[in-house]
Amino acid sequence: MAHTLKRIFVTVGVLPFLLLAALVIFTLASDNFLTVQNLTNVVRQSVYLVIVSLGQMFALLTGGFDLSVGTTLAITSVVGALTMSTVAGMAPDMAWLAIVVGSIGGIAAGATIGVANGIGVAVFGVSPFIMTLGISSVGFGIALYLTGGTPVYGMPQTFGDVFGFGTLWGVPVPIYFAVLLIIVVWLIVNWTRLGRYFYAVGGNTKASTLSGINTKGVLFVTYIICATLTAIAGMLLTARLDTGEANIGASMPLESIAACIIGGVSLRGGVGRVENVVLGALFIVLVQNGMNLARIESYLQTVVLGGLLILAVIADRIRIRMMASLQD
Amino acid sequence: MTAATSEPALIEVRGLSKRYPGVLALDDVSLGVRAGEVHVLFGENGAGKSTLISILAGANQPTAGEIRFRGEPMRLASVHDARARGISAVFQEFSLVPQMTVAENLFLGAEVTVGGLLAKRRLKRMAVEIIDRLGFPLKPNARVETLTRSEQQMVEIAKAFRAELNVLILDEPTASLTERETDQLFELVARLKAGGVGIIYITHRMQEIRRIADRITVLRDGKFVATEEAGVAEGRLIELMTGREIAELFPEVRSEIGDVRLTIADLTTARHSVDAASLDVRAGEIVGLAGLVGSGKSEVMRAAFGLERIQSGTVHLDGEDVTGRKPGEMMDRGLFYVPPDRRDEGLVMIRPVRENITLPALAEPPLAKGLGLDRRAEKRLATTLAERMELRPMRIERTVDHFSGGNQQKVLLAKCLTRETKVYVFDEPTVGVDVGTRAAIYRFIADLAERGAAVVLISSDLPEILHMSHRAIVFYRGRIRAEFEGEAITEEALLSHFFEREAA
Repeated sequence: MAHTLKRIFVTVGVLPFLLLAALVIFTLASDNFLTVQNLTNVVRQSVYLVIVSLGQMFALLTGGFDLSVGTTLAITSVVGALTMSTVAGMAPDMAWLAIVVGSIGGIAAGATIGVANGIGVAVFGVSPFIMTLGISSVGFGIALYLTGGTPVYGMPQTFGDVFGFGTLWGVPVPIYFAVLLIIVVWLIVNWTRLGRYFYAVGGNTKASTLSGINTKGVLFVTYIICATLTAIAGMLLTARLDTGEANIGASMPLESIAACIIGGVSLRGGVGRVENVVLGALFIVLVQNGMNLARIESYLQTVVLGGLLILAVIADRIRIRMMASLQD
Repeated sequence: MTAATSEPALIEVRGLSKRYPGVLALDDVSLGVRAGEVHVLFGENGAGKSTLISILAGANQPTAGEIRFRGEPMRLASVHDARARGISAVFQEFSLVPQMTVAENLFLGAEVTVGGLLAKRRLKRMAVEIIDRLGFPLKPNARVETLTRSEQQMVEIAKAFRAELNVLILDEPTASLTERETDQLFELVARLKAGGVGIIYITHRMQEIRRIADRITVLRDGKFVATEEAGVAEGRLIELMTGREIAELFPEVRSEIGDVRLTIADLTTARHSVDAASLDVRAGEIVGLAGLVGSGKSEVMRAAFGLERIQSGTVHLDGEDVTGRKPGEMMDRGLFYVPPDRRDEGLVMIRPVRENITLPALAEPPLAKGLGLDRRAEKRLATTLAERMELRPMRIERTVDHFSGGNQQKVLLAKCLTRETKVYVFDEPTVGVDVGTRAAIYRFIADLAERGAAVVLISSDLPEILHMSHRAIVFYRGRIRAEFEGEAITEEALLSHFFEREAA
């Protein structure tokens, strides 16, 4: 039994154990937890984290990480909202034009963060830690400067109605986006050459170079994909909030990295699966939701989240050690 | 066991083994070092010398066997533990903190304190005492990063003297020293000998063995081969080191030599690891590159493959100038370099065999399908190649690090079959590989040549060069020293160019 548990732990990681524990604890703590309505709610709330975590996964796969995802959300939201409200102001009758132009503007602005990270990490060899940390300060500053620190209003009503609160066949619209992006990312990672290269570069950069792979190019693309996915999440979040805000992403770097690590993505690169990252993100939102229902104060929730991240990393280390011992 | 003489050993190992996942680095080795002797460890790279001394220095724990110190069994749990008994090692990789001063480094981990505070003045005085006693021209306040490599080595040696010294282990200490510095080091060794210190000394240089060795222990493939007294003939040592193996290990290469495929002309690398080297390789030909580690034999091909910056000179492949192209571009044009260290450069250890084998071929048809990947074709290719290499066990979805060293090597070699290749470069293709797999690898290389490929075989294993090469080129300090063809490729001929030339 103990041996079987150990094998399961080594192959799938800590996530199934955590999910089981969370389900049991919160079901016991609140009658409202294990209901269809609440679980649907969890899925809807988790859309943003799921998408950002998918992006974060790319960075982690190549052996780096992206601390600037929060800033990317902020820049996207602010630039997207400013563009959208400007266009809406000039052509009040063409709401969809404003929505399309604004969304493109926001996502392009977010992707620019990825370009900057990519240049730093791939071309100049700056460590991802410093590069994304630095860029996150730069970007956050720009977002605050653009808005003067106040929320941006004036987007067409339709934007929030459709992309924030809309439903199609009874399912919230953001969920369609999440599902679509999960499929796209899954295809990229598993069925394209580029996807394979993320794993190879993260697993052994030198061996990848010697196999003829343009490792710098792969790293560059990594950060652009990460930022673009995050930017899409940023526009969806802006629609939900109905305002452009510079302060929306502060907890995202921690939560997205936690979701990936809990989902079994290795911090050393080269290992990770899309489906587990999605589960990792769902788990985090599930825990937050459960704690809300159990009336745990939001300050304490932050404590729990940090603890879970560290626990997941410790579990990862133990797993590596067990892997070695199972080999013998 | 030759160590069992009347004189008791100062430090002795019995039946020492060290197993790493997939490799037996040290296999039942026994030897003794007496007080006041210089005991040389001699053997090829990967023979187990480094593992042995790292265990003696406390940096590594043996899997089996025991260490005796003055007849008493002992366990060395850490480097600190070994130092406490007066056993110190100077490795090729220094354990110095560059940003700290000489004095701070000397007492790192053994700082003297008064009431919890560093006794800085006393530490400095003690440092000066040690430096003076050894006669080293070192300033105690100089920061280590400002010192030359030989000065850093002095600091490393001086560290051994902060307590009573019984055994000093030196790992190729003269590799970066000038002749004068070497003389100084040998004087020091002589003084230590006279003081009853046992010295374990690793070197590849015959001249040094003649100068300072009292006894020489030869290791091969992790096993003890023999311990010889000083004055043993060099030929005998080399025979012991390389170990003549059964002739069938090497296949006969029946290939037809064709046109020139690869031409390297006057190549000098940016860091001068290769200096004005010229060579060419023909279709069907196996050209062996021999020489010591760092002689340029590997670097010249790495530079040609685009892994090292080229300062001057040209590389032509089938007449096309390909100087300074990237590895990917070289592979597209038909040059494939198989690196020596499969863990470091060759394989993505945490990914499955299938992904590793096909990694170089994903960008090309038939595996490439637009931007996508034909996973069925990929699986077919990986299976075919794994079968051809006789991978054991035949499990291509297993991660590479779960295979033995020999089978990992097969995966590495399989990679070069995924691309259409005109010139294969094998850099130490049989390192850490058992005899059976070795024979298979030689057959594999011979096959490639017989089918008309040009092959460059870079090796520190002399018999490999002797038996496989149509031509053999010896490198020494970045330059081509000699070239032999056919019957002229003999051990004596090659070895006479390996080491520095004797003063006539």
